Amino acid sequence: MSRKVKAIVLTGNGTNCEMEMAHACKLAGADMVDIVHISELLFGEKKLSGYNFLNLPGGFLDGDDLGSAKAGANRFLHAPISGADEMLIEELLKFINAGGLILGVCNGFQLMVKLGLLPALDGNFTTQSTTLTFNDSGRFEDRWVYLKADMQSPCVFTREVDLVYYPVRHGEGKFVVESASVLNEMEKKNLVVFRYCNGEGSITMDYPDNPNGSTRAIAGICNETGRLFGLMPHPEAFLHRTNHPRWTRESLPEEGQGLAIFQNAVRFIRSTEF
Amino acid sequence: MANRIEVGFKTGIRDALGEKTKKRIIDTLALNVSNVATIEVYTIDGQLSAAELRDAASGPLSDPVIQEFSINRPLAKNFDWLIEVGFRPGVTDNVGKTAREAIELLLGGAARPGKINVYTSRQYLISGQISRSGAETIASGLLANDLIERHQVIAASDFDINQGLPAFIPKVQGEDKPQVAQINLAAVSAQGLLKISQEKLLALNLEEMQKIQAYYQNPAVIKARKKLGLDENTTDVELECLGQTWSEHCKHKIFNSKINYTDGRRQLTIDSLFKKYIKGSTAKIRKAKGRKDFCLSVFVDNAGVIKFNDGYNLVFKVETHNSPSALDPYGGALTGIVGVNRDPFGTGIGAKLIFNTDVFCFASPFHKKKLPPRILHPRRIYEGVREGVEHGGNKSGIPTVNGSIIFDERYLGKPLVYCGTAGIMPARINGRPSHTKEIRPGDIVIMTGGRIGKDGIHGATFSSEELHEGSPVTAVQIGDPITQKKVLGKFTKSGKFHVRFGSKTVAYLDMDFLHNGVPQMKLAAKWKAPKNPEPVFSEPADLGKALTRMLSRLNICSKESVVRQYDHEVQGGSVVKPLVGVQNDGPSDAGIVRPLLDSMEGVVVAHGICPRYSDIDAYHMTACAIDEAVRNAVAVGADLDHLAGLDNFCWCDPVKSAKTPDGEYKLAQLVRANMAIYDYTTAYGVPCISGKDSMKNDYSIGLTKISVPPTLLYSVIGKIRDVRKAVTMDAKRPQDLVYILGETRDELGGSEWFAQNGSVGSKVPQVDAKKAMKLYRALHKAIAAGLVASCHDCSDGGLGVALAETAFAGGMGMRIDLKDVPYRGKKRNDYILFSETASRFVVTIHPKDQNRFEKIMAGNVFSEIGFVSADGLFEVAGINGRPIVKDNINKLKEAWQKPLNF
Repeated sequence: MSRKVKAIVLTGNGTNCEMEMAHACKLAGADMVDIVHISELLFGEKKLSGYNFLNLPGGFLDGDDLGSAKAGANRFLHAPISGADEMLIEELLKFINAGGLILGVCNGFQLMVKLGLLPALDGNFTTQSTTLTFNDSGRFEDRWVYLKADMQSPCVFTREVDLVYYPVRHGEGKFVVESASVLNEMEKKNLVVFRYCNGEGSITMDYPDNPNGSTRAIAGICNETGRLFGLMPHPEAFLHRTNHPRWTRESLPEEGQGLAIFQNAVRFIRSTEF
Repeated sequence: MANRIEVGFKTGIRDALGEKTKKRIIDTLALNVSNVATIEVYTIDGQLSAAELRDAASGPLSDPVIQEFSINRPLAKNFDWLIEVGFRPGVTDNVGKTAREAIELLLGGAARPGKINVYTSRQYLISGQISRSGAETIASGLLANDLIERHQVIAASDFDINQGLPAFIPKVQGEDKPQVAQINLAAVSAQGLLKISQEKLLALNLEEMQKIQAYYQNPAVIKARKKLGLDENTTDVELECLGQTWSEHCKHKIFNSKINYTDGRRQLTIDSLFKKYIKGSTAKIRKAKGRKDFCLSVFVDNAGVIKFNDGYNLVFKVETHNSPSALDPYGGALTGIVGVNRDPFGTGIGAKLIFNTDVFCFASPFHKKKLPPRILHPRRIYEGVREGVEHGGNKSGIPTVNGSIIFDERYLGKPLVYCGTAGIMPARINGRPSHTKEIRPGDIVIMTGGRIGKDGIHGATFSSEELHEGSPVTAVQIGDPITQKKVLGKFTKSGKFHVRFGSKTVAYLDMDFLHNGVPQMKLAAKWKAPKNPEPVFSEPADLGKALTRMLSRLNICSKESVVRQYDHEVQGGSVVKPLVGVQNDGPSDAGIVRPLLDSMEGVVVAHGICPRYSDIDAYHMTACAIDEAVRNAVAVGADLDHLAGLDNFCWCDPVKSAKTPDGEYKLAQLVRANMAIYDYTTAYGVPCISGKDSMKNDYSIGLTKISVPPTLLYSVIGKIRDVRKAVTMDAKRPQDLVYILGETRDELGGSEWFAQNGSVGSKVPQVDAKKAMKLYRALHKAIAAGLVASCHDCSDGGLGVALAETAFAGGMGMRIDLKDVPYRGKKRNDYILFSETASRFVVTIHPKDQNRFEKIMAGNVFSEIGFVSADGLFEVAGINGRPIVKDNINKLKEAWQKPLNF
């Protein structure tokens, strides 16, 4: 029998997209999908070790009051798990070392880069080297964007994915790197998974196809193992063709393009590669 | 000990907020600014070591990749003016609270001794040739709302580059020792009672004050009070409780008053508009629907509840937050949206929130005239309200799926901010219906939500008055989408409202007196139709130019810049978005969401609002609003037999008095609006399930009085069985046939076209409900059969605007023949193009579906008037066959998109 896919969708303190993310995991065939409040982890009622696919959904952790996901990252780094001689971050690092998959969307992606989980170039998962900051437009925007995938990327979530169309819904999605060497290293290792492009697939810095002015049009990145992946656009918002903004005028398959990300995760966990 | 941590962007990192601020200064104040940079300031009150401060600054408070920080040393450099804006003492500071929690966690949580408080402020470093008064204008005219925020303006030459600004703690000063005052009302004169009402901002009239006075003289009341250490004196707590509970805002005294109405022909006495027309119409509709009645809970709970399917119920409520938004647009609107969230959330035993709606009424953001005192510029209100609803809705994870923005100069005194929220609940929970609840003695009262601050006090009474000189800022509550806290109380069977502070009784009132004691008002309403002459102007020679101008009118043009800033698809069930079409930017008629992701059943939401028609007759204004709401829902595919409505009245003071001499006319407008609610909701079978009224939307300071036009928002919620049958408004394919459904008449009274030509006119659109229903049923059948390629409601700007929008949203041209439009009235091309006759649609049909479509529509007024073209040319031939409009759709679209693109 193949390995069970056990997905956890982490919620609480301002996450918003947990329902649709859990729905995506279910549609993709995960054997178990739990929406878990972060306080269940902090009180030791649930353990990350019981899962192999961690979903960090979009939202506004702590209102994004100190910058997107900043207070949320602070909680992950400094909150102890009651009754256990362990910090939450230690449990998270164990989950990563055990080979678990992590998908961060929007605020979840912001959380990952601010913790240092991505791109984690030297394998150091708690040192931040990139960030996501205010869109060049200075405003939150909800709009659909085209994304071009790097087919050479080690990312396990985007195998066979080429050009997709997802919505972005953020005010702080502009990807910025600490230094040119970080960017070079990321590009050399094909860690840039998705870039904003136009409808024909040409990568662009032009607004609004590139909705936020991200460095080199970067929309999503992974770590070197390809098991940790974060992106600003929302794949879980396109699970059915009626989610597409032009579904009444285009002929589209019933299944939305966002599902592929979750299907890949499920397939990977079931495979011998995991 | 106070410390200042400042956080700014590193050199070379773009400061988007600074750039946006610069643009706003240039756009709205026309001041010559070359650069604006921003710095976030955290003032920390508490004992922190140097190392701890550094950990806080480099940890949760700054981003190491893009920001730098300083501790007790200024970051500011290279500027001409520095403006620092922070909250006034006691005002809710959500960011400060988050910062405090983050620092406490960082430093070891609650175990660490000593209390920390964090107060936030922001510095704007402005460069440019600006005088001190210019800098002051930027500070108080744009960056700070002086009612809730404090600001400092410092010239570069006065800035100490080493010390910077001293740390300032905006703590509420003075010891807060709660005291309860006793007031003896027994011997107070009528004048004295009114003085108490006024000074305490109770907003109670003489009769109400006298009723309170009498209550405290009742020997039985005094006897009961003496047992608890009280006496015949009222406490200020009780007086406040009565003031708030008996306010117009809470008790809807005007809607429940006894009204003597006359219109010259007939005279009638109405004992409560609410009971007779609103509740009355719903009762009649429910009876007529019999077993098909879908209403579950109407008018009794926080929101109305209807059936969605066998397993689930829908809950919907719309509220207004007008007065607070006038004083503090951001805080007022934020609380407006998070406030209405609580209604469906707290209905029955609780609902999950599935979407928000918002409708705003503002004066023109391009208002040029001098502003009366205490009025914020409409552009500032527009931006503030927009941002408040953005933060309230987006952060709560509830999609904003439907809304509109209406402009009229009379919203200058008080803007209208309507916010709605719908929810879904399983029909039964643990075997019991979810839409009901009961309270039993012994039940515990738990308060959950934000910490109670000094903001929000007197909100109910303040909104029951016009905006005046003494309107208090504390009346504006500042919402917080994230927090919670608990307070406990208990329900008893004593029939008393008993409040203790510690062991001391501070209020002890009979529940019956508190809730039912307010005397019924008796009012007179006199209707006399206003005389607006039909305007005299000839048909313009260039109707293409006329159409372009119409598309640029504020009430017609695109609201995309606002819509984009609201998350309209969180929760993953978005089906018909507010923006549709080939470039995702055409204006949807209604919203559709799938609240249950494993089902194809959808919830439809739409609304109608036409305040301009009140200038002629509020009866027809109301009829048109109801028709527009239903029409919009039908346009996307809603099931007509499963639609429920919500009525939200925003009126000007309709009680005749020295300051409102025309109160009898305004009340007659209200009566007539209610009559239309009854007539049209019953004709359509669309029951009101909830609603609200806001009756004092006036501004009165000095000699200036500004009253809003009587405005009714009618919102509908309904259902579509299979969302895959939904239709959007954009033209789909070249060669598709264009139809107009419904008759067009020369009803241009109150129209955008007459307004464009400087007049109101007299022939207001009138709704023929019977014909409309027949048409809507046929259209629904055609949509359900998949025969309709696009469908767009004809409303503001009439046929011409609806056709142009359909064309450019689809990225295609059109050829239209006006002589084929079914029309009654004075034959003029401009009238046919821009008349706002109700109950009409523009639809496009694939030629292969023509016969089936026409067969279904047979027996209704409808006509094929042209076709969709691939060339992008929008061409209209006039009644005599000659071309009257020939424009590229891109030009029309640009005219439509430009005005509010900021």
